[in-house]
Amino acid sequence: MAQDTGRPSGTHQDGNRLAGPLSEILRAEPTTAWWRCPDCGRSGPLAELHVYGPEPGLTARCPACSRVALRMVPEEGHLWLSLGGATGAFRFRTA
Amino acid sequence: MAAHWFGARLVERRAQTATGRTLVLDIPGWPGHLPGQHVDVRLTADDGYQAVRSYSLAAPTDGERVELGVQAVRDGEVSPYLADVLPTGARVELRGPLGQWFVWRTGQSGPVLLVAGGSGVVPVTAMLRAHRAARSDSAFSLLYSVRDPDEIWYREELAAPDDRLDVRVLYTRRAPRGEVRPPGRIAAADLGPAQAGPGTVYVCGPTGFVESVADLLVGLGRPAADIRTERFG
Amino acid sequence: MTSFSPGFHGRPRALADRLPPGQYPTESFPVLSAGPTPRVPTETWTFTVTTETGATRSWTWDEMMALPQQETVHDIHCVTRWSKFDTHWRGVPLTAFLDDVETAADHVVAEAHGGYTTNLPLEDVLDGRAWVAHTYDGYPLSPEHGGPARLLVPHLYFWKSAKWVSGLRLTVEDEPGFWESVGYHNYGDPWREQRNWGD
Repeated sequence: MAQDTGRPSGTHQDGNRLAGPLSEILRAEPTTAWWRCPDCGRSGPLAELHVYGPEPGLTARCPACSRVALRMVPEEGHLWLSLGGATGAFRFRTA
Repeated sequence: MAAHWFGARLVERRAQTATGRTLVLDIPGWPGHLPGQHVDVRLTADDGYQAVRSYSLAAPTDGERVELGVQAVRDGEVSPYLADVLPTGARVELRGPLGQWFVWRTGQSGPVLLVAGGSGVVPVTAMLRAHRAARSDSAFSLLYSVRDPDEIWYREELAAPDDRLDVRVLYTRRAPRGEVRPPGRIAAADLGPAQAGPGTVYVCGPTGFVESVADLLVGLGRPAADIRTERFG
Repeated sequence: MTSFSPGFHGRPRALADRLPPGQYPTESFPVLSAGPTPRVPTETWTFTVTTETGATRSWTWDEMMALPQQETVHDIHCVTRWSKFDTHWRGVPLTAFLDDVETAADHVVAEAHGGYTTNLPLEDVLDGRAWVAHTYDGYPLSPEHGGPARLLVPHLYFWKSAKWVSGLRLTVEDEPGFWESVGYHNYGDPWREQRNWGD
């Protein structure tokens, strides 16, 4: 986590990376949230999701089968969040 | 948890390696944090452009003073600025403390194995410092993988004798004279002591390092539920 | 002047006729990823056009390579603020796949291996403004940059140029894609700085 972008392609971070942006809209701690993949059945804490980004947005995927778990785009004064892989997102006001 | 942006002032910068820096910041109103947590740092240019990056906290709570570890990444947008440009006394915005998964709590029982690659040593150092300060009875050991002896962070502190902390440095490219283990990537044999559970293993480093260590640990019979990882890409 | 992070400028952002607002020029070719890089062999590669009635037409790699090819040079602009001048591509204009298709649709959704999608007005991909590109700078397009073939729509922000493109789906209704559905602009014109939903 003590790093910058500028990493090689196709690599990822993990769900720990989502703690900051999600703290803008969630009152509960996000990284320990339990999650289960509807495709392959893998389960675990949000911290273990594979996270791609941060630009142009953050995409969190199942560590086993890569199914999209959430997408998030911070924008000035707002945070866009889509849970699951389907179209449909929430825009939260953060400022 | 509804973390908000604090104004933080840089009070001290120390070189750890040629490109690794310790940044000490004062944060009025800082609520304290757990060992292993991180912060997001936000930089704002004159024209309003902003960049946010995550950095790990390297020390346990010490009032309103925090210590970050910053590894300057070549061609990076934020880390070279924090490592070498931000003047002492200047302010940055900082959000935190963040993350409650990759943390060690003082009351936590059981032995702990820390496995760090490169600047992944930063958050686990917060854990071993907290362990030392708490005079915790849990057995702690650190396996620290670095390219060569010049890449070691917290060198004197980690070399100091400590009968409740076992430190082993693994060199991947070039080892110092007298090192018995030939240079090479971390292997199952290096993780041998990890077979002795129960307890928690914390693994932090570049993505490839974390994944190979996690695979080795599971291969050695360590339950996946005992392994906590943090990747920095 | 902000009171935070003095002396931070981000990457240099110069003004030039060729540079859309808010962009900086780069010599490198940054790679952004929203998932693992798919490895798609040309032996099994296909490109499929699906109409709004469900009719499909597919091309294999060899069939696509047998279509008339074009060399084309463009400036490209990424929404993350880098622009790269004079990029050289070789590929097939999308008109070659769409000219014989019976459709009343006004929109297309580009689909890609790995599940990525992006939406475009149909008229924006006709008339030599969009390509299936398979060669970059004289070499086969690498997987990191979308190889074996990606969409190339250089007049829009580069997220519209879907990597690992697998086909086009013609739609009567506009269907926001992977990034368009989480806050990015539906059209994405760099010269009007259409980055976010509200721009």
